[in-house]
Amino acid sequence: MEHYISLLLKAIFVENMALAFFLGMCTFLAISKKIEAATGLGIAVVVVLTVTVPVNNLLYNGILREGALTWAGLPNVDLSFLGLLTYIGVIAAIVQIMEMVLDKYIPALYSALGVFLPLITVNCAIMGASLFMVERDYTFGESVVYGFGAGVGWALAIIALAGIREKLKYSDVPNGLRGLGITFITVGLMSLGFMSFSGISL
Amino acid sequence: MAGASAKQVLFEPIFSNNPIALQILGICSALAVTTSMSVSIVMCLAVIAVTSFSNLAVSLVRTQIPGSIRIIVQMTIIASLVIVVDQILKAYAYEISKQLSVFVGLIITNCIVMGRAEGFAMNNPPFMSFLDGIGNGLGYSIILLFVAFFRELLGAGSLFGVTLLPTVNDGGWYVTNGLLLLPPSAFFIIGLGIWALRSWKPDQVEEPDYKMSRHTTKEAF
Repeated sequence: MEHYISLLLKAIFVENMALAFFLGMCTFLAISKKIEAATGLGIAVVVVLTVTVPVNNLLYNGILREGALTWAGLPNVDLSFLGLLTYIGVIAAIVQIMEMVLDKYIPALYSALGVFLPLITVNCAIMGASLFMVERDYTFGESVVYGFGAGVGWALAIIALAGIREKLKYSDVPNGLRGLGITFITVGLMSLGFMSFSGISL
Repeated sequence: MAGASAKQVLFEPIFSNNPIALQILGICSALAVTTSMSVSIVMCLAVIAVTSFSNLAVSLVRTQIPGSIRIIVQMTIIASLVIVVDQILKAYAYEISKQLSVFVGLIITNCIVMGRAEGFAMNNPPFMSFLDGIGNGLGYSIILLFVAFFRELLGAGSLFGVTLLPTVNDGGWYVTNGLLLLPPSAFFIIGLGIWALRSWKPDQVEEPDYKMSRHTTKEAF
């Protein structure tokens, strides 16, 4: 149990997807002008990550990994080179399915997340989490915790940035720095702040 | 962009319409791999190769793709190319591919590749699309190398692994700036780089959300 809590805290704070690994930056910078939008996108990312990372974990351990097909009489087959194609396919498919399910059963949530769901397919944070999961050889349980933690960390970062940017728009920024430039500097400072978590280990 | 010359298509994205500095595309991977020049160069070559060939491939089949499944088709083309690049790196530059870790795979979700395939290659002939891919890849590379140059020179006192500023640890005089090897510095360097670029090309400056109104009363003075 402690192991999982430690993994969760590490995924949220120490190895924050957005601020320590720069993943999902494109949407991170583009959709962080308003807090409501940032919150919607953040929740969508948490949900998608919590589902896709474990599914990719099952696929990797059950089919792609070297020797995983032993039950089918193919002990020497190593399909791990198909990993990239598989993960992106799984992510695209799950996002699509989730969109349809939400539309049918929870229309309120669907209209809240609507625009952001398709965007998530090309969000590097989702793909990145799956790749990290494979690289670090997580078990199924760990991958559930890791997916959730990575999503929460990312959501936290984008909501915080949106809060700062909402205040920042009233300030008088030098011409060339306005907009994208100052946002980068702000994210840099936030990232510096999150570095202070790096000593934490449970 | 009809009638644009080949030169324009190739060189526009480098400074005038830079994918990172202006279109906010492909930043994700740009930052994490920039701690050393040699790793950055490999990353740049990989991105240029994937962008140009995916543009070429998408453009070749653009009249055959039904509109509703075009994203999936583009994704498959891009993912296949990235797998090829990944396997080549693993075979011939294993050390560097270890350092790039997941970021080679993340070229798939690099918005530049997808953005150019969707935005340019779907409407333009193959050769132009190929050039556009190279141009955008170069625009991405310029920023990447710019960031890596400062980070490696000031953070480790070397370029391409060759020591230029002898560090204190090795008996030299240069005290390394450890911050530059950490993630936050990349943000600062890109932010300042954008500032420099926009001071040079003022037409890229963004409109302010709010303008301060002029002083109308004298009492404050």
